Amino acid sequence: TPALAEKLGLGRPALPEEIKAWTVEVFPDGKNLPEGSGSVEDGDQLFADNCAACHGDFAEGVDRWPKLAGGKGTLAAKDPVKTVGSYFPYLSTVWDYAHRSMPFGNAQSLTADETYAIVAYILYSNDLVADDFVLSKENFLDVKMPNADGFIVDDRPETEYAKFSEAACMTDCKKDVHITMHASVLDVTPGSDNA
Amino acid sequence: MDDKERLGNPATGAGLSRRGFLRAGAAVGAMAAGAGAARAEEQPDPLITEVQPWASGWGDGVDATPYGLPIRFEDDVIRRNVPWLTADTISSINFTPIHALDGTITPTGCAFERHHSGAIELAKEDYRLMINGLVDQPLVFTYEDLERFPRVNRTYFLECAANSGMEWAGAQLNGVQFTQGMIHNMQYSGIPLRLLLEEAGVKPEGKWVYVEGADASSNGRSIPLEKAMDDVLVAIKANGEALRKEHGYPARLVVPGWEGNMWVKWLRRVEVTDEAVQSREETSKYTDTLADGTSRKWTWVMDAKSVVTSPSPQMPIKHGKGPLVITGMAWSGRGAITKVDVSIDGGANWQEARLAEPGEDMAVSRFYLEIDWDGSEMLLQSRATDSTGYVQPTKAQLRAIRGENSVYHNNGIQTWLVKENGESENVEVSS
Repeated sequence: TPALAEKLGLGRPALPEEIKAWTVEVFPDGKNLPEGSGSVEDGDQLFADNCAACHGDFAEGVDRWPKLAGGKGTLAAKDPVKTVGSYFPYLSTVWDYAHRSMPFGNAQSLTADETYAIVAYILYSNDLVADDFVLSKENFLDVKMPNADGFIVDDRPETEYAKFSEAACMTDCKKDVHITMHASVLDVTPGSDNA
Repeated sequence: MDDKERLGNPATGAGLSRRGFLRAGAAVGAMAAGAGAARAEEQPDPLITEVQPWASGWGDGVDATPYGLPIRFEDDVIRRNVPWLTADTISSINFTPIHALDGTITPTGCAFERHHSGAIELAKEDYRLMINGLVDQPLVFTYEDLERFPRVNRTYFLECAANSGMEWAGAQLNGVQFTQGMIHNMQYSGIPLRLLLEEAGVKPEGKWVYVEGADASSNGRSIPLEKAMDDVLVAIKANGEALRKEHGYPARLVVPGWEGNMWVKWLRRVEVTDEAVQSREETSKYTDTLADGTSRKWTWVMDAKSVVTSPSPQMPIKHGKGPLVITGMAWSGRGAITKVDVSIDGGANWQEARLAEPGEDMAVSRFYLEIDWDGSEMLLQSRATDSTGYVQPTKAQLRAIRGENSVYHNNGIQTWLVKENGESENVEVSS
């Protein structure tokens, strides 16, 4: 990497309006949340108009589109169902992602109030708030996310690296080698007969 | 891999072009009839004894192809998708044809794609890069500004965190393109992100950067400042030319050794922050659920991994017994590949393969093992070792620690069953 003694003087100062237009991410502590509020009731209608075609009337998901509700208690099951209610650690992520990147194909079309309302409805769909709930910037952090404590920072250095850094066996490493699973039995590869 | 990409029942009747597979199969059949023409000793080979048209007439003029594509005989060496993996093709994945490639550099035209709201078209004139947050002076750069910064050239692999993710619960897809093909390896020309951050002046409170793209998905991710100031690049060229649209034209982030999701395309903003944003792509996605239901977050590094690319299910042995080149690729996000071992008996015994070139940090290495195949069945595996001493684990070793629902970061050893007829199949073997 080249070392620079001084700045090159490239670029120009970003204007406040420009910074505001693009700095819309919301942090877990609520930083950057705009003023506003929205009710479950309003969210129900907005969700029906903007979201239900893919996510279902009750946020349960249509076809292969993501389920936003349900899956409570399934994270240790054979097939976990990861939703806002069962998996998301922070409500900020739900608000931020919906506001910035949804609806799919028409992103950045929701106002702050609309986003509060839709997030309130998603919370209601997950049985996390009552049907008369109104979500606002003020009460945002009061919502308890069920899986808030469900995440650990990458622990591979402690749990895996030492184990996988032992000298590798080169000869007579196994007594019995037999096939336990064939992909062709499943036969779901594009180009194969049944895919 | 999104929830909507999770394994469900494959859609029926949604098959892609079957030509490649059928052609491969037909070739195996032809091999049984014995020998190529060059082996026939009784009769002279007309490809030699008769004047061929290409040895007599003209080929194409130099104005025929201002920017060329591969010759038509190679039209199977293409990206492929697996329709049942995702709900749509806009937030989806396709696969690099690694079975048919050699060396280490991935041709950009068939290097895999992963988008969350499609491959957008962003002209250089419309491109803006903002540096803001905990900096002395928030800045806006145009593309022309980027070109005036000192540049470096580096070759790195980009592997999707979900590469091989469909194989966590067992052997599923029958081809290395599908099981290990969410990867490409390119030479990037770019600007160290450190230089852009220093131009703005990072404040002492800065601990992270939040990076996002210009597309609707934004793909926002949090990266520790230490990594951002170390080897992260803002790339403006790949393999010598401008980035392809689908790879982030005109500028993308290069995050050596780390999961592909963090290599933000169409990069529009780098914000210095004092905490991680915990965005959708680092909470709902790109977190790895363990057997007890807790999930790892911030699993950034891609561990050492390798795979035999030929022979493999899409690359049957067509030449019968005798000399056989076993080849494949190996890579590690933690350093350079120092050694690759190959087993033909399912991991009971191993031989050290030959690295085509010395391994480079966080780049793909090519390995070869030349054997004299006696025509008997083989259980082919490869096992990578990197410069930190880490040895690629088996899938069973990984599952013993993580269970089967991690979705991401499957670097387990791949097994191909090579049959007596030269065809191969994706299998799992006892540990």
